[in-house]
Amino acid sequence: MKNNRIPFLYMACLLVVGVLMAAVPASDNSGYQVGDTARDFKLKNVDGKMISMADYKDAKGFIVTFTCNTCPYSVAYEDRIINLHNKYAPKGYPVIAINPNDVKASPKDSYKHMQVRAKEKKFPFPYVYDETQEITKAYGATRTPHLYVVQKQKDGSFKVAYIGTIDDNSREPEKVQKKYAEAALDELVAGKAVSQPNTKAIGCTIKWREA
Amino acid sequence: MTVYLKQLILLLATGLLTCTAAQAQTVPTIKFDQLQELRQAPHDTLYVVNFWATWCKPCIKEMPYFEAANAKYKDQPVRVILVSMDAVQDKEKRVLPFVQKRKLQSRLYLLDEPDGNTWIDRIEPKWSGAIPATMFFNNKRGQYEFIEREISEKELQELITKYKP
Repeated sequence: MKNNRIPFLYMACLLVVGVLMAAVPASDNSGYQVGDTARDFKLKNVDGKMISMADYKDAKGFIVTFTCNTCPYSVAYEDRIINLHNKYAPKGYPVIAINPNDVKASPKDSYKHMQVRAKEKKFPFPYVYDETQEITKAYGATRTPHLYVVQKQKDGSFKVAYIGTIDDNSREPEKVQKKYAEAALDELVAGKAVSQPNTKAIGCTIKWREA
Repeated sequence: MTVYLKQLILLLATGLLTCTAAQAQTVPTIKFDQLQELRQAPHDTLYVVNFWATWCKPCIKEMPYFEAANAKYKDQPVRVILVSMDAVQDKEKRVLPFVQKRKLQSRLYLLDEPDGNTWIDRIEPKWSGAIPATMFFNNKRGQYEFIEREISEKELQELITKYKP
C-alpha cells in the first residue's frame, strides 16, 4: 500500500506541473508556423461591417496583412498592398488588412484614424481592427507589415502557406528585385508548393496593450 | 596573405573611425559582413548592440537609457553601439541631424542592407525583424542575450550589471 502511494504522488505532481505550464502565457515564438491551420475571425471593418474569412464563399485563400496607419514601413507599403489585392483578388486571394495596434499605445492607430486612412488611400480591401489583439496573438504577428497567406482547404479550414514580407526593398519600390509575397502567391495559384514560405524584414513592433 | 591584409586594413579603418568618432560624431555606413564581425568580436567586453531607426518611436524612447549606460561605463569594458536601420538615402537628411540634435555619444553605425530577409536569420534566427531589438554579448565568456522589444531603463541596467566583466 505504502509503495503504491509514491507513484500516485509523483503523478499528481506531474499533473500539477503540467497544468501550471499550460497556464504560462505564450512565449515570443508562439503563433502560427507555415502548415498550421489559421483561425477565422470576426473583426470590424472601417465601414462598420464585421468581416470573417468565411464570408468569402469563392475565395481560394487570403493575404492576411497586419499593418497600421503609423508605421513608416506600413505606409511605404500601402500602394504595394493595394497592388497585391488588385492582382490576386481576381485569382482568388484577396487582401484582408488587420490593424493590430493598441489605441492607448498608438493613438493614431484608432478606428477613426483607420477610417480616414482607408478613405484617403481608397483601400479596395477591408481594413479591420483587432481591438483585443486576440487575432494578432493567435497568428503570432510581431511587426507591421506582417503577411500571412492562407489557403482554403477542402474542409473549409485555412492553412498557412506563407509568412513574411512583401518584397526586398521597403524604401525604394523601383529597386525591388525579389517580390517574395508575389512569388508565393503565384505558386499557390499554379497549384504548386511555396518554395520560400518564410521571409523576414525589418518593421515596426506591434504596439501591445499594457497589461 | 590577402586575408591578413584585409584584416589589417579593416583594423586600421576601425581604428580610424573610432578616432574620428571621438572628435565629431559620425555614422559609418556598414554592410552585413561588418555587423557579423562586430557580433564575433573576441574581446572580454560586454557589447550592447541596439537596433533602432529615426522613424521608430519606441526606439527613440529607450535611446536615452543606452546613452546613459554609454556614459556610465565609459572606462569599463562595456561598449554601447547603436545600429541604425534607416535607409542609407536618409542618412544626410534624417540620421545625421537626429544624431547632432540629440548629441548622441554612443558609437553609431548605419546598416545598409535593405533586404532584411538576406541577413536577419544570419545574425539571430529568433529575430522576427521588429525594432527596437537589442543584443548583449561577450564572446570571450560565451555570453549572449537577445531582446526583440522595447527595454526599460531598469532592465537595461540589470542586464549590464549581470554581464559586465
